[in-house]
Amino acid sequence: MREPIVFTRAGLLRGFLAALPLSVSCVAFALVYGLIAGQNGVSVIETGLLSLIVFAGASQFLAVELWDQPLPVATLVGAVLVLNLRHLLMAPTLRRWLTAIPAGRAYASVAVMTDETWGLSLADLEKGGRDAAFLAGAGLCLYVFWFAGSILGRLFGGLVPDPERFGLDFLGTAFFIALLSGFWKGRGDILPWLAAGGTALAAQALIPGTWYIVIGALSGSLLGAWLKGRRHGG
Amino acid sequence: MEADLLALTEWWSPLLILAMGVATYATRAGGLVLIKRMRLSPFVETWLGQIPGAVFIALVAPMVLRAGPPGWIAAALTLAAARLWGNFLAAMAVGTVAIALLRALWPAA
Repeated sequence: MREPIVFTRAGLLRGFLAALPLSVSCVAFALVYGLIAGQNGVSVIETGLLSLIVFAGASQFLAVELWDQPLPVATLVGAVLVLNLRHLLMAPTLRRWLTAIPAGRAYASVAVMTDETWGLSLADLEKGGRDAAFLAGAGLCLYVFWFAGSILGRLFGGLVPDPERFGLDFLGTAFFIALLSGFWKGRGDILPWLAAGGTALAAQALIPGTWYIVIGALSGSLLGAWLKGRRHGG
Repeated sequence: MEADLLALTEWWSPLLILAMGVATYATRAGGLVLIKRMRLSPFVETWLGQIPGAVFIALVAPMVLRAGPPGWIAAALTLAAARLWGNFLAAMAVGTVAIALLRALWPAA
């Protein structure tokens, strides 16, 4: 018999401490996020609310990048939803913890789950960790630092005099390029990515608004899934 | 300087942010629901894995195109740095410094 799964304050603290080393890069990203938010006319309170309510780095970068007047409501919500669909695959890998604790605690724990804290938690679970509070503790750690960094970046970003001269307007682009490189899995991605980029550029030229992101993402990801299915399905 | 810390783009923008939060939470909690209720088909599972890369490409392609020649070079350098070091912040620093230098050398853009 395995030891039973528990949910204790000690586990919460252990998760929090385990995520502390990540807080450095978390704050650095949050500062950049706040800075870009300011450049795109997202107010201080909106910048902070996004960090408190959405709490998803890539989605927030996307949101402040698309922030415009009038606000593209459908695109913002749709893009965030599509971008976060990957989360669907994360909770199931932690099922040994999440199905053993009361449902309320499980649903609260995943509210602060990020790519990073999911990775940490999965590593702890596989090493034999039996305290499911680890996930929430790690999440809370990054939640605090992410919020603090966002607000500081938003307040401080406005004080940089000529952001273009320092290339700071390019930070958003650079962020997505760096993020993109992590999703590269090999040559099989070439066609889907060309399709995503090509349809996005075409859609942007033809259709007003920001639909090009959804159109590019859907065409690229569907093509990628179809090609992969054909290769493995035989 | 920020005159009003409580300024909003629209009076309803907090509601929009709340809707984005609900959408995000649905994906986080959705995985929990799935554990109990159903199994994803292999196609859907593969498709979900393909989405992030495609979203970022679709987002970034027009941004890079718009940035002009200095932006194209800086984008390539950012990508190379990210591949080489596997470090986000270092790659972003490379891209930012590169575009600042390239713009200084390429004033027409």
